[in-house]
Amino acid sequence: MTPVLQGLLTIIIGVGGCVGYFYASNIILDKVIFPAKGPQTGRNINRANKVRPWLFLFPAMFALGLYLVYPVVGSFYRSLFNRAGDEFIGLGNYANLFAEEAFRTAVFNNLLWVLVVPAMATFLGLLVAQLTDRMAWGNIAKSLIFMPMAISFVGASLIWKFVYSANPDIGIINSIRDSMGLSPVDPLQIPFWNNFFLMFILVWIQTGFAMVILSAALRGIPEETIEAAIIDGANPFEVFFQIKVPQIMGTIVVVWTTITILVLKVFDIVYTMTGGNFDTEILPSYMMSFMFRDDGRATAVAFVIMLLVLPVMIWNIRQARKEMR
Amino acid sequence: MDNIAGQNQGGKIAVNITVIILVLLWLLPTIGLFVSSFRERDQISNSGWWQAPFSVDLNFRARVAADGARQEGDLYVLEGNLFDDPEIAEAFPDGNGSVSAFGTRAVAPDEFAPGTATELRSGGTLTVQADGSFRLESAEPIDRGPTVYIAAETPPRFTLLNYDTVLNANGMDRAFINTLTVTIPATIIPILIAAFAAYALAWMDFPGRGVLIAAVVGLLVVPLQLALVPLLSLHTSIGIGQSFLGIWLAHTGFGLPLAVYLLRNYMVGLPRDIIEGAKVDGATDFQIFTKIILPLSFPALASFAIFQFLWTWNDLLVAKVFLPSGAESQVMTVKIADDLLGSRGGDWGILATAAFVSIAVPLIVFFTMQRYLVRGLLAGSVK
Repeated sequence: MTPVLQGLLTIIIGVGGCVGYFYASNIILDKVIFPAKGPQTGRNINRANKVRPWLFLFPAMFALGLYLVYPVVGSFYRSLFNRAGDEFIGLGNYANLFAEEAFRTAVFNNLLWVLVVPAMATFLGLLVAQLTDRMAWGNIAKSLIFMPMAISFVGASLIWKFVYSANPDIGIINSIRDSMGLSPVDPLQIPFWNNFFLMFILVWIQTGFAMVILSAALRGIPEETIEAAIIDGANPFEVFFQIKVPQIMGTIVVVWTTITILVLKVFDIVYTMTGGNFDTEILPSYMMSFMFRDDGRATAVAFVIMLLVLPVMIWNIRQARKEMR
Repeated sequence: MDNIAGQNQGGKIAVNITVIILVLLWLLPTIGLFVSSFRERDQISNSGWWQAPFSVDLNFRARVAADGARQEGDLYVLEGNLFDDPEIAEAFPDGNGSVSAFGTRAVAPDEFAPGTATELRSGGTLTVQADGSFRLESAEPIDRGPTVYIAAETPPRFTLLNYDTVLNANGMDRAFINTLTVTIPATIIPILIAAFAAYALAWMDFPGRGVLIAAVVGLLVVPLQLALVPLLSLHTSIGIGQSFLGIWLAHTGFGLPLAVYLLRNYMVGLPRDIIEGAKVDGATDFQIFTKIILPLSFPALASFAIFQFLWTWNDLLVAKVFLPSGAESQVMTVKIADDLLGSRGGDWGILATAAFVSIAVPLIVFFTMQRYLVRGLLAGSVK
């Protein structure tokens, strides 16, 4: 059976199965288990309504549990075993990792990514959001800056491979250097700074996201506060930094943390651009170098990433609970 | 009035210029890729894409046959036109090429200006004119024609050859279909599952609801990396292994937190009167869900569908792990990252074309459905 047919069949079975499950389970609940008739009608309706939410929730909870909760435990458990998975070595994988130069480089680079990418993307996003606000062609400008969001990390990497190429007839950077009489360089091989060239690709992708959210937040600021500041003689910069930014601080933090989480997951850019060479390894790409070869190490790296994400996760949950109250 | 520098004309111009620069910086790399995908390999490696609309100096080699040689007095003469060489003629279909320099050695193909006479090592004097005509004079009989190198202004040429190669010879057509095969079920299946759960979390009252919502928010940020090893071994042990079924299930699971979160946030905001009115009229939860909630939630469903579509189409990580690595199941991102970049690393035309084929569909989706995407983003970020 060709994959295409298999795909169609899966859609039919998947969607049909879902509809069938929800329909049938509700019917069974109402007609068979707790029928709304006979001597216990009222009690049965109440009982049925107590069970029903779980009918609605079951498929999602099952999939979430299996595909996201179980792996957290499963990965940690697996990371305590050796490469073949038959010998318990405690925290041995973690000890080996921290003893390794490459791992420390990856952690250091990852910290750089976490510091630089969210800061730059949020800053540029805020800048564009403010500048294009009430501009005649602002929506077109925003749409074009938002566009890289649709492009895959692999596609974006290829796009920037052209820009960074060491050949002055292909790479625009080296073409400019060439016309100034400088010899060509490969930006991806300059120690330390090559990390920043890679980071810029992600900034290029994420600025649009920051811009869209912050732009909506700027529009949500009450006009009166701005008018009052202007009447009091504030100049445009004061209005921006002292009136507008404080009012959208919450949104800025949300954008910042969302991009931070993303930074900790993206391995595609490093993988396609340098393959982790020239000291550009970051944790997600470092993990992939062990995938299929040493599951013990791979899961240990993954768990280190989880630990880095944990503070943001806890903060998000607390925010969500606060909001519900 | 409240623009950062919008109070005077000068400020307005400065803002406009800044935005123009930013937009160009954001747009140019993609345009470069797009232009490059229509250029021939020689053109790409001889001039930047930003010069694509202009002529380039390209080097050609002509092997002149000796059979036209004749005797003029004491001299043996060979005359002809280099643009008649079949290979060169192919590059100048309308026959209006012009020689900007010529040479007789491969290391210095542009040693002499047109019109100069140069001594050949094999004896004789060669002159090449700008129009490509040449004259070789020699005291000896000419039994072997010289090899002449010329640099000629080549008009800009755009071609679909790269697309032909990428789609037919490189198997990108197969990868395209594989990507579609992965994407569509992985986009559709989570929607229904998530919609029911979101309704329960938004409009049904039961103990533990708050905890479940918090759990969904927490799961939003779980790194996928954790899931790879345990789930792959789970899939292998229950017989799914690395397969399309496996990747559909994986994408469904990974997409659910965002789906549930987005849809719940949207459904909570639906007017309470409608739902309570329906309940008073005796509608069951199942009826309320299918007849009222689902149609009203269309914008949120569309938002999530676009997200999930873009995410699964663009994904490299999950495809690398949950699909077999053979060509018959490679998706486009894997094909480009593992196959083309390795074996065709230097063929920029092929790379540009492959990349453009892979980003074309997301770009179309993006520009046609931007409204829903923005709405989804605004609803989806934890506020």
